[in-house]
Amino acid sequence: MYVIDRRLNPSGKSLPNRQRFLRRAGKILREAVRNLSSSRPIREIGEAGVVIIPARGIDEPSFHTGSDGAHTRVLPGNKEFLEGDRIARPSGSGSGKGRGAGNNAGGGGGGEDEFKVALSAEEFLSLFLEDLELPDLERRKLSLTDSTGLRRAGYQRGGSPANLALTRTMRNALSRRMALKRPKPDEIERARQASTDADLGEDEQHSDAMRAELEALELRTRSIPYIDPIDIRYRRFEPSPRPVAQAVMFCVMDVSGSMTEHMKDIAKRFFMLLYVFLERRYKQVEIVFIRHTDEAREVDEKTFFESRETGGTRVSSALKETLRIIEERYPVDDWNIYIAQASDGDNENGDSEKSLTLMRDGLLPLSQYFAYLEVDEPHNDSPMSTLWKTYAHLEPGPSMRRVTSRQEIYPVFRELFRKRSEAEATSR
Amino acid sequence: MSGLLFDGADWSFDTIQKIHDRVEEIALGEMKLEVYPNQIEIITAEQMLDGYAASGMPINYSHWSFGKRFVQHEGHYRKGFQDLAYEIVINSSPCISYVMEGNTALMQTLVIAHAAFGHNHFFRNNMLFKEWTDATGILDYLQFAKTYIAHCEETYGERAVESLLDAAHALMTHGVHRSPRRRKVDFRTEQARAAERRAYDEKIYNELWSTLPSGSPKTVLRTADERLADLLELPQENILYFLEKTAPRLAPWQRELLRIVRLLAQYFHPQRQTKVMNEGTATYVHYKIMNRLHECGNITDGAFLEFLGSHTNVVFQPGFDDRRFGSINPYALGFAMMSDLERVCVSPTAEDREWLPQLAGCNDPVNALKDIWANYRDESFISQFLSPRLMRDWRMFQLVDDPKETTLRVEAIHDERGYRRIRRAFAREYDLGHTDPQIEVVSVDLEGDRRLILQHSVREGRLLAGRDAGEVLGYLADLWGYPVLLREVDENGAGMREHTAEPRQRAA
Repeated sequence: MYVIDRRLNPSGKSLPNRQRFLRRAGKILREAVRNLSSSRPIREIGEAGVVIIPARGIDEPSFHTGSDGAHTRVLPGNKEFLEGDRIARPSGSGSGKGRGAGNNAGGGGGGEDEFKVALSAEEFLSLFLEDLELPDLERRKLSLTDSTGLRRAGYQRGGSPANLALTRTMRNALSRRMALKRPKPDEIERARQASTDADLGEDEQHSDAMRAELEALELRTRSIPYIDPIDIRYRRFEPSPRPVAQAVMFCVMDVSGSMTEHMKDIAKRFFMLLYVFLERRYKQVEIVFIRHTDEAREVDEKTFFESRETGGTRVSSALKETLRIIEERYPVDDWNIYIAQASDGDNENGDSEKSLTLMRDGLLPLSQYFAYLEVDEPHNDSPMSTLWKTYAHLEPGPSMRRVTSRQEIYPVFRELFRKRSEAEATSR
Repeated sequence: MSGLLFDGADWSFDTIQKIHDRVEEIALGEMKLEVYPNQIEIITAEQMLDGYAASGMPINYSHWSFGKRFVQHEGHYRKGFQDLAYEIVINSSPCISYVMEGNTALMQTLVIAHAAFGHNHFFRNNMLFKEWTDATGILDYLQFAKTYIAHCEETYGERAVESLLDAAHALMTHGVHRSPRRRKVDFRTEQARAAERRAYDEKIYNELWSTLPSGSPKTVLRTADERLADLLELPQENILYFLEKTAPRLAPWQRELLRIVRLLAQYFHPQRQTKVMNEGTATYVHYKIMNRLHECGNITDGAFLEFLGSHTNVVFQPGFDDRRFGSINPYALGFAMMSDLERVCVSPTAEDREWLPQLAGCNDPVNALKDIWANYRDESFISQFLSPRLMRDWRMFQLVDDPKETTLRVEAIHDERGYRRIRRAFAREYDLGHTDPQIEVVSVDLEGDRRLILQHSVREGRLLAGRDAGEVLGYLADLWGYPVLLREVDENGAGMREHTAEPRQRAA
């Protein structure tokens, strides 16, 4: 008989199979992630979670009998029945106690209706992004940061004096001196003492020897320097991505009656994606929600997406409110400002001029990026909206996109990246 | 030998060795069990979950369905819905028992007695396992399967392999031979049989018969159908085998994959037929051994109480109206029947003498049981050895659910009139030939569109579950490469329903 301790064997043997399962269940998982993410607050979009998927989509079919025909079953625990008794069929399931003998014989077929899958944060996010149908290329870019800083990375032999690594240099010098047996100061002192003592004595020969020894030591000391150029080390630095410390993201949305749930859902997805993007780039991301009809108000996330208001549409009110909040709380020197506006494009007559001024003189120069997302019902080929026409006057203008379904959100992002990389290219 | 094997819950490898040696003395020395050499492996909870996912095997090929099982068990386990088993045991030689590191010393003793001797003896001696499984070769075969499938994935792409395995898994329940196949004709035995036949003819020779007028010699004109059936070994119930051998469009590697799935299905088939007996044997054996250990003073009274607690949980069978009732607990039924048979052997009643004359009063329960363990499966075991006494103890009754009637009907209860009927009905529940739908490949339309024709012999109006049947048939069509037709016919041969499927993609 052998007893074998397998506990140290690598565990996680099933992880590759788990990955295969997630890939296999990809479509329904993405659906589940979509449903869950629309009920999640924006900030929690990238967190781990449990999603529930219908077992139907991932079952393994087999030949087995269904509920047709007669079933007979032997059961234990008879208390009162006599042969020939009639029992009412248990209500509810339709197939009574007598069923089931053949039902589950197949093994994989029947069983649970729901299936819970615990996803890690990484998996959740990647499913979320997959659902937006971002190509892989874009997803990689999302996690890229483009501002770089310097980071300590070991030592090097050359460098500027300011970067001299003193401790490391001294340590190298010490080990070299020890290895080459450079006499220590007290050794020389002792030899000198001995030599002086010998000089005072009569023994000429001994005195000579002592002097020679002292000279040898001193020679050795001179020929082995205390610090040699080969000891010297400099601190080495490496460029590394360093996020600009903080960013604020303004979500501006028109909530007048003409905005449908579908439009709001698209807007929410866009905001989420922007948040994911910003979160990877900046250490701290704040979100400000501003909703407007004919007047604008800063609200919390729940109110932002859920409650409705009636009234006209005056865009300038929201722009003014944004500007006010920036001036009050987010000084441009300390904050990267991102503004995303979602609207169906309506604007009051006579408000265009005002909005235009606010944009041109206020928001556009202040913000890193201004995205205007015009949302609409699918297959609605309405002519250009008021707001679109207004913004079209601006030069340089905001990134503008018209979106009617969630698959189209990604082009807006592509535009964002293209703009940035072009801007970098010209600045270099 | 006496003296405590351990004291307290802690154990070390020495303890396990000591426990094993002592249990072995009892199992082999006193009970005369015959087992494969044992190999006991200590694993963590994580590894136990891996084991669950790979149908208990230490090595298995990669497929998403194993990942699904893993996610399922992991979810339940992490939420605390489900405890993990104390052990997994593999029908291999050496017989590998996985035991959890978290078990107490007493649990390790119990597990060793249960798995390393109970199950092990059953695997080694039961005729189904002897006939259908190769305990020495299985681990090597799995290793081969794993490597081969990984190689196929590299060569032909993961997707192609996955879709083939999906199809094969769907047909797994119908990828087993249920009865031994015709063996290859061997010249010497044939000669001997011919000689025997001649001897018999000579013995019964009677001149009188030669006076009978004989008809014209029989013509051996066979119809095309008969020739085809001969050629393709039809009808064939092992669908995977049929496809492996005859599907026209499969590449060699695809046939090999079908073969792997089919052989694994065949390997697990005896276990599906012997759940009650297998667990009953193991439970009976551990019960005997643990009692013996206690008698000899090898375990403390406290440990013995711990054992009784856990044993009682294992063999708990709630009544049908209990909230906890799901189905018959194979541990409970197997243990109850074997304990009952022991009673019949040692102190039979008049009733036992009438019902089980071959056992009653033989006074050698261990040998009688060993004979049963070796030669029966669940269905035959129950139909022959379920005693009226046990039916009364369990208060069994038979319930019929016929959709033609508005109520359920109590067909039989535990009384003189009911014993035989209950026993017959109960045994049939364990007969895979009865519970699994009987589906056979019956013909191929070679002159037409090469349609493959299958037949489901419907019993008692139990048709196939339609949606699943359609999906499986789709897979079957993919493998066959041409249309497939499945006829469901009743006992009189009248068609009840038909399913058809076209191949979705051509098997490359």
